[in-house]
Amino acid sequence: MVNLSQNKVPMPEQDPEIRNKNFREVATGYTAEMAMEEAERCLQCKHKPCMSGCPVRVRIPEFIEKVAEGNFGEAYDLIATTNNLPAICGRVCPQENQCEQLCVRAKKGEPVAIGRLERFVADWYMSNRQLAKPEVEKKEQKVAVIGSGPASLACAGDLAKMGYEVTIFEAFHVPGGVLMYGIPEFRLPKALVQMEIANLKTLGVEIRTNMVIGKIYDVDELMQEQGFSAVFIGTGAGLPSFMKIPGENLNGVYSANEFLTRINLMKAYKFPDCDTPVRVGREVAVIGGGNVAMDAARSAKRLGAEEVYIVYRRSEEELPARLEEYHHALEEGIKTNFLTNPTEILGTDEGYVRALKCVEMELGVPDASGRKRSVIKAGSDFEIEIDTVIMAIGQSPNPLIRSTKGLETQNWGGIVVDSDSMATSKQGVFAGGDAVTGAATVILAMGAGKQAAAAIDKYLHGLLEDPDNPACFFTVTRPDN
Amino acid sequence: MYKIVNKQDLNPTVSLLKIAAPEIARKAKPGQFIILRVDDEGERIPLTIADHDNETGTVTIVFQLVGKTTRQLSEMKEGDYLLDFVGPLGKATELDGYKKIAVIGGGLGSAIAWPQAKKLFHEGAHVDMICGFRNKDLIILEEEMKQSCTRLIITTDDGSNGRQGFVTDILKDLIDQGNEYDLVIAIGPLIMMKFVCKLTLEYKIKTIVSMNPVMVDGTGMCGGCRVTVGGETKFACVDGPDFDGHLVDFDEAMRRQQFYKKDEKEALDRHTCRLTGEERANG
Repeated sequence: MVNLSQNKVPMPEQDPEIRNKNFREVATGYTAEMAMEEAERCLQCKHKPCMSGCPVRVRIPEFIEKVAEGNFGEAYDLIATTNNLPAICGRVCPQENQCEQLCVRAKKGEPVAIGRLERFVADWYMSNRQLAKPEVEKKEQKVAVIGSGPASLACAGDLAKMGYEVTIFEAFHVPGGVLMYGIPEFRLPKALVQMEIANLKTLGVEIRTNMVIGKIYDVDELMQEQGFSAVFIGTGAGLPSFMKIPGENLNGVYSANEFLTRINLMKAYKFPDCDTPVRVGREVAVIGGGNVAMDAARSAKRLGAEEVYIVYRRSEEELPARLEEYHHALEEGIKTNFLTNPTEILGTDEGYVRALKCVEMELGVPDASGRKRSVIKAGSDFEIEIDTVIMAIGQSPNPLIRSTKGLETQNWGGIVVDSDSMATSKQGVFAGGDAVTGAATVILAMGAGKQAAAAIDKYLHGLLEDPDNPACFFTVTRPDN
Repeated sequence: MYKIVNKQDLNPTVSLLKIAAPEIARKAKPGQFIILRVDDEGERIPLTIADHDNETGTVTIVFQLVGKTTRQLSEMKEGDYLLDFVGPLGKATELDGYKKIAVIGGGLGSAIAWPQAKKLFHEGAHVDMICGFRNKDLIILEEEMKQSCTRLIITTDDGSNGRQGFVTDILKDLIDQGNEYDLVIAIGPLIMMKFVCKLTLEYKIKTIVSMNPVMVDGTGMCGGCRVTVGGETKFACVDGPDFDGHLVDFDEAMRRQQFYKKDEKEALDRHTCRLTGEERANG
C-alpha cells in the first residue's frame, strides 16, 4: 500500500535553541515506525531513476522495499553490497542533488527520504547485529592505502572483501580523515565513524596510524621494500586556502581546517578536560559559503560565540552549502552577510583581530563555473566588529604526497588519473577522492575508492595492460584545466 | 605505543627522552621534528629531533617544562609509553657545502642545534658552537656538544659559568676577530634568533633559524604554524621549520606565540592542582 503523502515523514531534531549549545547530533533519526511509513512512499519504479544518481549505485528501491516490510537486516545486506559506509552516507550525502533529485515522487511533492532511510537501516544494524567476518579466499598480494578518509575506507573495504591483504597508513593518531577532523560531531557522531572503521578491521584491514607517507616511507619504499604490489592514494584535500589579504596572520584568524580539527579531532570543546584549546571569541566571521563554512559557524556558536556571521561574496542563491545545513545554521542563530567580500583584517596594537574590512559586491554575468561572477560595488567599504575570523574558502590536495617520484599532478596540486581506472602516471599507483578532484563530497570520494579497488584487482591479475604501449599499464587521459 | 627507553634530567626543567621508534630513526635528519601525544586527552606537541640512532632504533628528544604536556612528560619514567609519536616531519636543514659555521643555541635551543653541529663537524667543517644559558645550573649537554664541534663557547647571562654576556656579543667578537663564517645557524628563543639575524645581516652572513610555532597536525593541514618569510606566508611544518633568518618576520612570530598562553597556563595549573590536591584559584 503506497503512502500518498506529498511530504517526507519529518526527521526528529533537537530544538535549535538547545542544540546550539551542545555537540550532540542535530537529527535524532527515524524510529522503526517512521521508517516503515516513509518507505511506503516509494513507488518501486521499474526503471529505478534514483539509483543512477548514486555514485556507488546503492540498490535503493530494493532496500526500501525491505524497510517497508520491516526486514531491516535484509535491507542492510542489500545496501552493503555496494556501500561500505551507509551510516555515514545516510547523514552527509547531498541526496538532494543525487538519488532524491531523480525520485519520481519529487515531481509532485517531496522525494522519498532515501538518505534518512539509509541512515535508519545502518543505525538499526549497528545496534542490533554484528558484522560477521565473511569467508573469502585470501590472496597473496598486499595493497597499501594511504590516508583513511572516505575514498580510502571504501577502497580498503572492497579490496579486503576480494581477499587482498590491505594496510591503511594514516598520518593522524586516529583513522577516518575528514570524517573525524572535519565534519562536526553534531552532524556525524565520531563513535559511529569508528564503528564503521571497526567493521573494516573485522574484514582484516590493518590500520597504521601516525604514518606520514612521504616522510616515514615514500611510495617507492612501500612498493620496493615493504612488499606492497599496489598503492592507493586517498590523501584528500587538506591544504587550507587563505585569501592573501592583509591581516591574515593576526591572532584570531584560523583556517576552517585548524578550527574544526581542534574541535572535532582534538576535542577542544572539552578543554581543559582535554588538553587542546581553541579560542572562539565573542564575535566570529566565517568567510565562505560551503558546508565547511556552515560547520565552522555552527561550531563557533556552540562554543559560546555571541554573534557568528557567514560572510559570502555571492548571494544566498549561490551558496554551495547543502540547503539543509544552511537552514540548520539559520535556525541556530547564525547571521549572514551576503554579497560581501573581506578586503583586510584589522588588528589591535597587540596583534589581535578587531574588525573585518569588507566591500559590497554585485552579481554580474556567469563565470566558467556557471555561477554569477561577483564584482565590487565602488565606494562600499565597511567594517564588521569581530574578534575571530575563520577562513573557509576551500582546500587543495595535501602537498606532501606530490613529492612522489613519477606522480603527475596538475598545477593546483590534484593528482592526474585515468578517469576509468583511477590509475596515476606511476605504475601500480592509483588515486581517488579529493586528492584527485579537489574538495568534493564524501560519496564521490567513496565512488572513486571503489572504482580504484576494482581497477587494482584487475591490475594485480595483469588485466589492465595497455596493448599499444607495453611499457605503460594505462593510457592516462588528462582532464582539461 | 612508543616506549621510553632512556630518560635523563639535564637540568631542573630540561629532560632528555630516548624513544623506541625504529622507523623514524631510520629516516630522521638534522632539523626535522616529531609530534607526540602523551595520552588520549592529550594535545599534539611538536619537538625537534635532537638525535637518532638507527642501530638501536631510538629517537632522542629534549624538552623544557613549560606547559601541561611537558609537565606530564617530565613525570614519565623509563619503561613508560607515549601514545603517539609521528615523524620525521618538516624539511631537513640544508647543510651541504659549508666550510666554516657558527652554530648558536639559546637554552634548550642548544639541544636542537646540536644535530646540525654534529653533522657538519663530522663531515669535516669548522664548527664554532656558541651556547647561551641564563646561569650555570641550566647548562645542558656540554660534553656531547664539545665532541660535536671545533670549539664550544658557553655563555651565561649572569657570568656564573663561561663568559658573561649574550650569544650575539660572542658572535660579534668572533666575526670581528676575523672568523669568516659562510653560515650561521641560530636556534633558540625568538628574541635571540631575531637579534642574531640583525647582527648577521650587517655582516651579510647567511643565517638559518628554526621556527617552532603553534602547530596541530604537522603535515600542512591546519595552517596554525603560519610564519611570514620574505613577505610570504609559509607553513613552518612543511615549508620549514628552517627558514632564512633574514627574511623571517620575528615580531609577528612573537605575537602569534602569545595566542594560547592563557589556555596553556590554565591547563598546567589545573594539572598541578590535581597532583597537589590544591583548590584551583580561578575556578
